[in-house]
Amino acid sequence: MNRIDAAFARLQAEGRTALIPFITVGDPDIDTSVDIIRKLAEAGADMIELGVPYSDPLADGPVIQRASERALVHRITILDCMQVAEDARKAGADLPFILFTYYNPVLQLGLESFFSLIANKGISGLIIPDLPIEEDEEVRGLAEAANIHLIPLVAPTSHDRVVRIAAKARGFVYCVSSLGVTGVRSDFHAGIDEFLRSVRDAANVPIAVGFGISSREQVERMAKQADGVIVGSAIVRRIEESLPLLNDPATKEEGLNRIRDYVATLKV
Amino acid sequence: MSQVPDQHGRFGKFGGRYVPETLMNALIELEEAYKHYSTDPEFIAEVRQLLKQYSGRPTSLYYADRLTKQLGGAKIYLKREDLNHTGAHKINNTIGQGVLAKRMGKTKIIAETGAGQHGVASATVAALLGMECKVFMGEEDTKRQQLNVFRMKLLGAEVVPVLSGTRTLKDACNETLRYWVSHVDDTYYILGSVTGPHPYPMIVRDFQRIIGDETREQIVAAEGRLPDYIVAAVGGGSNAMGIFYPFVGDESVRLLGVEAAGRGVDTLEHAATMTKGKHGVFQGSLSYVLQDEFGQVQPAHSISAGLDYPGIGPEHSYLKDSGRAEYVPITDAEALEALQLLSRTEGIIPALESAHAVAHTTKLAPTLGKDKVIVISLSGRGDKDVESIMHYLGGNGIESH
Repeated sequence: MNRIDAAFARLQAEGRTALIPFITVGDPDIDTSVDIIRKLAEAGADMIELGVPYSDPLADGPVIQRASERALVHRITILDCMQVAEDARKAGADLPFILFTYYNPVLQLGLESFFSLIANKGISGLIIPDLPIEEDEEVRGLAEAANIHLIPLVAPTSHDRVVRIAAKARGFVYCVSSLGVTGVRSDFHAGIDEFLRSVRDAANVPIAVGFGISSREQVERMAKQADGVIVGSAIVRRIEESLPLLNDPATKEEGLNRIRDYVATLKV
Repeated sequence: MSQVPDQHGRFGKFGGRYVPETLMNALIELEEAYKHYSTDPEFIAEVRQLLKQYSGRPTSLYYADRLTKQLGGAKIYLKREDLNHTGAHKINNTIGQGVLAKRMGKTKIIAETGAGQHGVASATVAALLGMECKVFMGEEDTKRQQLNVFRMKLLGAEVVPVLSGTRTLKDACNETLRYWVSHVDDTYYILGSVTGPHPYPMIVRDFQRIIGDETREQIVAAEGRLPDYIVAAVGGGSNAMGIFYPFVGDESVRLLGVEAAGRGVDTLEHAATMTKGKHGVFQGSLSYVLQDEFGQVQPAHSISAGLDYPGIGPEHSYLKDSGRAEYVPITDAEALEALQLLSRTEGIIPALESAHAVAHTTKLAPTLGKDKVIVISLSGRGDKDVESIMHYLGGNGIESH
């Protein structure tokens, strides 16, 4: 059984909502990413999205763009990101990992090569934000064969596409809470409740909400309608703010704990 | 060659629609609106009327007698897109898309720009049609092209300097797409080249093919036959696609795209996407891309802000891989040289972009007989570049004759 399915089954039995943090791998460096993943697990994360840094992150706002730039200074590759998953698992982070990557890094490895390299790295899901259903047939087939869930995004502008997207979804459906790129915001799309209901009606898998969620209050609101809540930019920003602490061995633990303590406040 | 793109927006394997889900319905809506209006006689008449009375089309096909004699080979004609209103071919597309936006009921226009020509052309059309306009421009380019920044503001547009990434055209495109994702309900994105997700490469080509359609008629009137070569600069590739397209079926006409080799294709500072790039997905479509082995897009370099782009339109990739068109690199230095040559022999100061096409012609023409005919797409005029050319040539170091 895919770990994502197992996690949602357990949470559902407990009547709880999944907390799904996102980090950009390699920000500020590979070893620290492994440490952060461990701390996120400690803070109560139920699964983790591992973002592959990319030169042209179209779907991302300034916070994650900056994290990508920091990681790319060290030439972090998609292979490094897979390795981080494996290392984090060995370090005791026993939760599902989801690789979040733009399509081109996958394409450059070659699709078959990508799926053979990703096997046995402890990665259970894959999100490719610039691969809409019209373009994903080959990836979908290979992902199914590899028992990796290809998790699709739906947006408030998806309208009639929701049914088609949800029908193909594996793992969960990633619902984009608002128009725009990733990043903290105070308001969600006006029709968010209706939108989430439409996804819920169409999906046979759990639904999770992301984009713009940064506070416990927002998590609580979303938890009423969704099975999972994704928090990205708000965590990446905490990492950015903690860089001076993380970069100094004497204060690294303090920096990691700050990130952990913040994420713990989001756990409902 | 078969009808391209197909219903999936594919030119052979190239093209497609690799964008965040939030934009998918907007692109589908655009495709449907375009399908409808592109066959609507009233829409076509309005666009034609504006091209004629507002932009001054048709542009002339000018026989460059002194340049021809100087190079001592093939006859050289210049397709004078520089004579368009706003000084470049970009207005052909912005008029078309501007009228389309209006028909679609949109009130706001956004656009990306590199050299500023597409930004100026978009701001111009926004003023003409009474729409709001925001232009995204890499901060680096706002410095290189200050005059165009001011021009856009004068036309009532807001210029948004882009501070992400390399702060040039590629990042301006990213930022425009990001803005569009957030404002997709009431905003129309006028994409300026034959790049991006379907249907843009098709729409921009169709609005630019007037360059080739006119050229065909004019060269037949002048020479009684089709040209042997068509030479055009390619960044994203809109002027090249526009002049190539009506000739794609004529195997006797060789199509040459000239890309920016910057400081040389063997350095790290060039924009020679076809010479040095590989197939990849970038800004919404599959095409040639300058990238590293892990798919990170590499920064491009060119003296010309309009060619300073690590991607290229998917239909060009299709023409390249099918062998129908060839793509050659020209360095900054060669382009500067050609710019001066054309200025002195013909009294025409070309845009730095177009100077690349002139530069390749200076190599090609002398190797051909006097019975051969070359048409250069002179995509824009050099006024916008005069200040930076002065800088590159070392201030007043240029000799007067």
